[in-house]
Amino acid sequence: MLELQLLLLFMIVGAIIAVEVKDMISSVIAVGAVGLGLSLAFLILKAPDLAITQLIAEILCLIILIRATLKKDLPLVRDGRWFFNTFSTLCFITVFLGFAFLVLKDIPPFGVPTMKIAREVLSCSLDKTGATNFVTSVILDFRAFDTLGEATVLFCAVMGVATVMRKTGRKKTKI
Amino acid sequence: MIKNDKKEVGMTLIVKTITRLTVGLILLFGIYIVLHGHISPGGGFAGGLIIALSFIHLMLAFGREAALKRLSEAKAAILESVGALLFLIIAVLGFTGGYFFLNFINKGKPFNLFSAGIIPLCNIAIAIKVGVGLFSIFIVLVILQEDRKE
Amino acid sequence: MSVYFLCLVLFSIGLYCVLRKRNIIKIIIGIAIMEYAINLFFILIAYRWQGRAPIMAQGREILGMVDPIPQALILTSIVIGLSVLALLVGIALRIFDKYNTFDITKIKRLKG
Repeated sequence: MLELQLLLLFMIVGAIIAVEVKDMISSVIAVGAVGLGLSLAFLILKAPDLAITQLIAEILCLIILIRATLKKDLPLVRDGRWFFNTFSTLCFITVFLGFAFLVLKDIPPFGVPTMKIAREVLSCSLDKTGATNFVTSVILDFRAFDTLGEATVLFCAVMGVATVMRKTGRKKTKI
Repeated sequence: MIKNDKKEVGMTLIVKTITRLTVGLILLFGIYIVLHGHISPGGGFAGGLIIALSFIHLMLAFGREAALKRLSEAKAAILESVGALLFLIIAVLGFTGGYFFLNFINKGKPFNLFSAGIIPLCNIAIAIKVGVGLFSIFIVLVILQEDRKE
Repeated sequence: MSVYFLCLVLFSIGLYCVLRKRNIIKIIIGIAIMEYAINLFFILIAYRWQGRAPIMAQGREILGMVDPIPQALILTSIVIGLSVLALLVGIALRIFDKYNTFDITKIKRLKG
């Protein structure tokens, strides 16, 4: 899986550029590079549905983020405790990665998944649903409650944006 | 299609011409992805995003009026509720045979367009919901903010 | 194994951005990077050596498909992530209207 590791290194470099560069437009473009690399990684990992969805979602995400960077404001002041804060954050991340390295030995190794439920789905999905794309048959038949909840969350998010960005605030009514 | 009257809205002539050629194809591709979701990669989520992207493409190139003339805010609000309710109605209709989300229509032959029972109908409902929902997020983020300034 | 670890390194870059930066847009970018890392981790767990995409073909049998269930979970998660990102951007723009800054240390007034 050399190509996957190279792609992940590319994504990590893109993420570092996105975090550290000062110009906001460059930062947003670097995030776009990370997202498109993720789409390619999905394609390598044999998930074509996700590759299509991630590609389109990344384009929309870029449009929304560029909309946000139109306001020019660059708070990049270094305060007195810059060194202490950075050091403690890096310490925390090092501890996190160390524990993750210890734990990763116990999950199934890369390339050998435990497919307890998936074996069942793959064997009888065609008879039970009639759909030949198994991802669709999982999200719309076996786990359709999940999709119903997702539709609810999406509805709430749309309502939230409409409420936050409404034209006029509520006026105080005198009694 | 769109007349350039006194005030220049949207982007330059090159962008407008290319958009005029491609926006219909993008919409058609989205509908194709939705309808073939159960036999090939794709489905309601990807297709709905592509449909939303075609309208946003139109809005970015021609300005806000051109997109709002085809799908106004009120219509978008109604359509989004219709998508959600359609999905719920399909789910509740499963009670005719026994339980929630029962695949109650005949399965048909695999690899045909009309197969797999309720899955294509659910795909269509989700595509309406996701596409119109993201388009209305975009309307709200871009247009209402502009209105406030004027 | 190394692939899992690289994925977690990507996650911790996003975590560093969220914890350390002071610009709200940078924090949103960090959240987006963390979300990408989580999505990728699920799909990495689902992969299987020499696996095929979980879609049947007409007329021939396909053996050794990858696990379709994490893919189904992540498919909904991508769309939710996009809408939540839009919600965060909306809140950030509204904060800019009120306080005229993106700096989180300057947002101190509770009222007015």
